[in-house]
Amino acid sequence: MSKDSINTIQDEIIDEFGILDGDMEMTNFYIMELGQKLSPLDEKYKTDDHIVKGCQSKVWMNAYMEDGNVIYEADSNTAITKGLVSLLVRVFSGHQPDEIVNAELYFPGRIGMDRFIGTQRSNGFAAMIKQMKLYAIALKTKEESI
Amino acid sequence: MSSAIDHSALDIKKIRSEFPVLHQKVNGKPLVYFDNAATTQKPLRVIDALDAYYKGYNANIHRGIHTLAEKATKAFEETRETVRSFLNASEKEEVIFTKGTTESINLVAASYGRRFLHEGDEIILSGLEHHSNIVPWQLIAEEKGVRIRVIPVLEDGTLDMDAYGELLNDKTKIVAVNHASNSLGTINPVRKITKMAHEAGAVVLIDGAQAGPHLHIDVNDIGCDFYAISAHKFYGPTGTGALYGKRELLESMPPYQGGGEMIKDVSFDGTTYNDIPYKFEAGTPNIADVIAMKEAILFLDSWGKEKMALHESELLSYATDQTSALKGFRRIGSAPEKVSVLSFLIEGIHPFDIGQMLDARGVAVRTGHHCTQPLMDHFGIEGTVRASFAVYNTKEEIDQMVEGLDRIIRFLK
Repeated sequence: MSKDSINTIQDEIIDEFGILDGDMEMTNFYIMELGQKLSPLDEKYKTDDHIVKGCQSKVWMNAYMEDGNVIYEADSNTAITKGLVSLLVRVFSGHQPDEIVNAELYFPGRIGMDRFIGTQRSNGFAAMIKQMKLYAIALKTKEESI
Repeated sequence: MSSAIDHSALDIKKIRSEFPVLHQKVNGKPLVYFDNAATTQKPLRVIDALDAYYKGYNANIHRGIHTLAEKATKAFEETRETVRSFLNASEKEEVIFTKGTTESINLVAASYGRRFLHEGDEIILSGLEHHSNIVPWQLIAEEKGVRIRVIPVLEDGTLDMDAYGELLNDKTKIVAVNHASNSLGTINPVRKITKMAHEAGAVVLIDGAQAGPHLHIDVNDIGCDFYAISAHKFYGPTGTGALYGKRELLESMPPYQGGGEMIKDVSFDGTTYNDIPYKFEAGTPNIADVIAMKEAILFLDSWGKEKMALHESELLSYATDQTSALKGFRRIGSAPEKVSVLSFLIEGIHPFDIGQMLDARGVAVRTGHHCTQPLMDHFGIEGTVRASFAVYNTKEEIDQMVEGLDRIIRFLK
């Protein structure tokens, strides 16, 4: 469980990618490598209920609360999106709902991946960020109502 | 068709120099533009024509009596004659300017369909069709209670002509197929398809979007009733194209859009319509781009479409050979006659990842279903990677793509 703030984690990611010096090919390779290390998502969550729809990439996600923090699990059918998913899980997972909802994601732009959250609609990346924040709100509301 | 094509006269370097957009780097690598089936790049003469129009003689056409209007009208109508010749239509009045192939097909489906289709009729499409040659027919079919039948696609990406013969019957009113497939490159036997359709009493529309840049088009020889093209697929600007239709059919069809230009007289008691082609050209057209479309056709004429096709065919052969050696490579679409489109998959790697990785190396390809979802479903796949070549592409560029693919395969395996 990460005790660092979301922004601290974002800065770490930016530092790690800094070594790649803006080389798009190496950045893509590195992202795919990160995706390969993502914990597998239980098959029972790879259903339409858990899908975050993108045009070409499929992203499945699950989230649950643990000790007041939101934990995320995710997977994707394309290697680059899976890598980006793993970065989002690293940034958001283990934090409180409010911190997640209020977070401003600046690392994608700083590592050359801002085109994934720009006009490009084809991999569900932007939809995923939105979904993660919605999960945080929903889980917080559920917890407060208990 | 000439028997001995002197393609050694095709100076690719000189051709490339006519396309300013090609000379740039993407992600630090020279741009390799292999997405020509989506849209082609434009030569200077097309770009300059747009510039010259707006700087020199922009005016509304057909209506004014002043000098600029006269000049603009003349240039516009000259394009109509150029397109007539490009398609070998009998008369220039049979050439309607549209926004492109999609609008052309919508026009025929809506206008011809509304008047001549009745409940219980049938329309035949093919499994190779682009959504633009499916959805307009679905719209009118639903409205009129018409059934759509589909010519099956064989494993190599060609059409099952025996099955087509079986589908034709006295209820068939329209057959609509593409001249060449945007996803697989298959060239269809449009003359034979038309002949068989006519014998069954049906009219034929050919989607010529991918034929424009690659194939010799002769609507009289094909015998089709309608033929649609898009300028941006053959080195012309976006937003313009043409629909060819036989005079007697166009004259019998009701207008598609109403407004200025397509009328003779207007009153609140009734309105009479203009003759063809103007009946189908409502409102102020895309004048500048129509005029620039003429320059695109002249560009094709200046180098010779046959020579260009030969060069593209060599590129396709080379790319097919070089990629076949890649581990896990699977070509989709192996018709004996193809335009320069190479669609493929690599086992275990999603097309999306391939497209992104190639882009990181400056290579632009298209990934996904290419607006042919039924075709992808038929092959049991979500989509492909598609490299589509134009006259300005080179073998060196193909090498750049193959090297990129090799790197991706090595990394992910």
